[in-house]
Amino acid sequence: MKLLRAILVRLMTMSVTLIGAAVVVFFVIRVVPGNPIAMMLPPGATEEDIARLTALYGLDKSIIEQFWIWLTGVVQGDFGTSISLRQPVMPLVLGRLPATLELAIFALVIAVVIGGALALTGVRHRETGTETAVDVANGVGLSIPDFLWALILIVLFGVLMPVFHISGRISPSLDLPFVTQFYVFESIARLRFDLWWDLLKHMFMPALALAIPLAAIISQLLKQSLKETMHLDYVTLARTKGYGENHVILSEALPNAVLPTLTLIGVQFTFLIGGTVIIERLFSYEGLGNMAIDAVINRDLPLIQGIVIVFALLFTIINLVVDMMYALLNPRLRHA
Amino acid sequence: MLDGRGSVKRKLGARLWLSGTWLGLMALLALLAPWVSPHDPLAQDLFAGRLPPFWVAGADPAYLLGTDSLGRDVLTRILHGARIAFSVALIAGLATAFVGSLLGLLAGYMRGWVDVVISRLVEIWMAFPPVLFAILLIAVLGTGLTSIIIAIVVIDWTRFCRVVRAEAMNQSAMDYVASAVVAGRPRRDILWREILPNVLPTIVALLTLEMGIAIIVEAILSFVNLSISSDAPTWGGMIAEGRTSIHQAWWVLAFPLIVLFLTVLSFSQIGEGLKDRFDPVLR
Repeated sequence: MKLLRAILVRLMTMSVTLIGAAVVVFFVIRVVPGNPIAMMLPPGATEEDIARLTALYGLDKSIIEQFWIWLTGVVQGDFGTSISLRQPVMPLVLGRLPATLELAIFALVIAVVIGGALALTGVRHRETGTETAVDVANGVGLSIPDFLWALILIVLFGVLMPVFHISGRISPSLDLPFVTQFYVFESIARLRFDLWWDLLKHMFMPALALAIPLAAIISQLLKQSLKETMHLDYVTLARTKGYGENHVILSEALPNAVLPTLTLIGVQFTFLIGGTVIIERLFSYEGLGNMAIDAVINRDLPLIQGIVIVFALLFTIINLVVDMMYALLNPRLRHA
Repeated sequence: MLDGRGSVKRKLGARLWLSGTWLGLMALLALLAPWVSPHDPLAQDLFAGRLPPFWVAGADPAYLLGTDSLGRDVLTRILHGARIAFSVALIAGLATAFVGSLLGLLAGYMRGWVDVVISRLVEIWMAFPPVLFAILLIAVLGTGLTSIIIAIVVIDWTRFCRVVRAEAMNQSAMDYVASAVVAGRPRRDILWREILPNVLPTIVALLTLEMGIAIIVEAILSFVNLSISSDAPTWGGMIAEGRTSIHQAWWVLAFPLIVLFLTVLSFSQIGEGLKDRFDPVLR
């Protein structure tokens, strides 16, 4: 019951945050100089043409009125019509979201694998040169943001050792049988591993760039928690029972050390998704972030609003899920 | 245990020295850029386009690190780019630290509705992807150095606010604050003379980290071509240009990238080092 009430309270604060975010974006982008309607018409359009289209998009009304119209639409799932692409915003955003989600999830998997492996290696060989090397790797990984990692990867593996694709989501020459936008999942479901491999070769560089800083954070925190756990009595007990070091770390220390890292991953995952905006641009990956930058350049107000709200919704949902997972996994909170 | 701490401190020392030296050198070169750079940062020489760096065959020794597609000297543009990068780091960093710390101190010390309003704002801010928010703000404010600095402050104040708020709350709960209250000192006095000095080390460490972040934000905005002007020598602008001609002239991308990498790494190492220095457990 307590958990249910906690979730309800969280849902309430979530909606306040979302409405707040909507208000901020809505008012900020309406201060943007440059008339989006004038930009979409061919040069030589008359004043009447501009006025008619402005009215069609509702941009002649007051900002408060516009906000109300937009908000009532959003509640019904209608995010308006994109000015530059002349299509409803909702299908456009939903068409791009899967590409971004696949990239972000792939990056998360890479980060967990690398970060986990580094932490375990560091703890297994603690107080040796190996641990120092892990610490240095963590320090550098943490210090350099995804944008720079992406550029470094482009130079190293895109140009000097061209093994991976550094542009696009899939080779344009391929025939795509997909009905959903979740290409990676669908290629597995259809057993089309040729397409799957091509997708991965495109995704690997941007995903790795997004993953490196997160991997460093995971490695640092997990290693620290593991080292603290290794001093606890029950771990010493396991050792005196004669279990080997690998067993002690993996089966005894790890389950108890992993909880703080899990919480951290949740928060950091929202930062990672925020990072996709510029990374998608760098790798010409056709996701939501790349579309967002185009929308800003084209002054496409309805599309910008739609994308920002979808990002905000995604972030708040992830935070909610993380909190719930934490409550479920942490025995102290579960029985409280 | 004691030996362990000693070695941590020694390692920190070497890292701080290396980072400090690099930043000092870059700052000096940035200051002296108009006098030490071999060419004019804007001078184009179409006959000297895409010359490789000096050790590659076909190089012109007058252009040590080569030229870009318009024949502009890469080394000169890196030095002049350092002026912009360090100005942004300093001004935007300080302004962000001021705004964020002020709001954090108020929220953490005053509590009540002030805290509710500020914390709610932080939560709303955290719901935006920062890069998208920055690009949006530049679209609103127009390009130019001032716009970039404002955009960085608007986006990043939450970094300071969150940490300083928590720290101010910790300090407020301590005995020395309680005794100041008992002594009848006014609240404003306690905030500025008791709590602020104790939070200041944290702010300084965050400020160093923020300077590195500000340089990255400037580079990202130049990369999306929303920064100063497309002609101005910024590291991000050079990187953007290098990205398009990467298969013909890798050095246009690689050199500004290396300088940016080392600069951001140095700011971050000093910031983390200061954080550890001020950490009572390690001290």
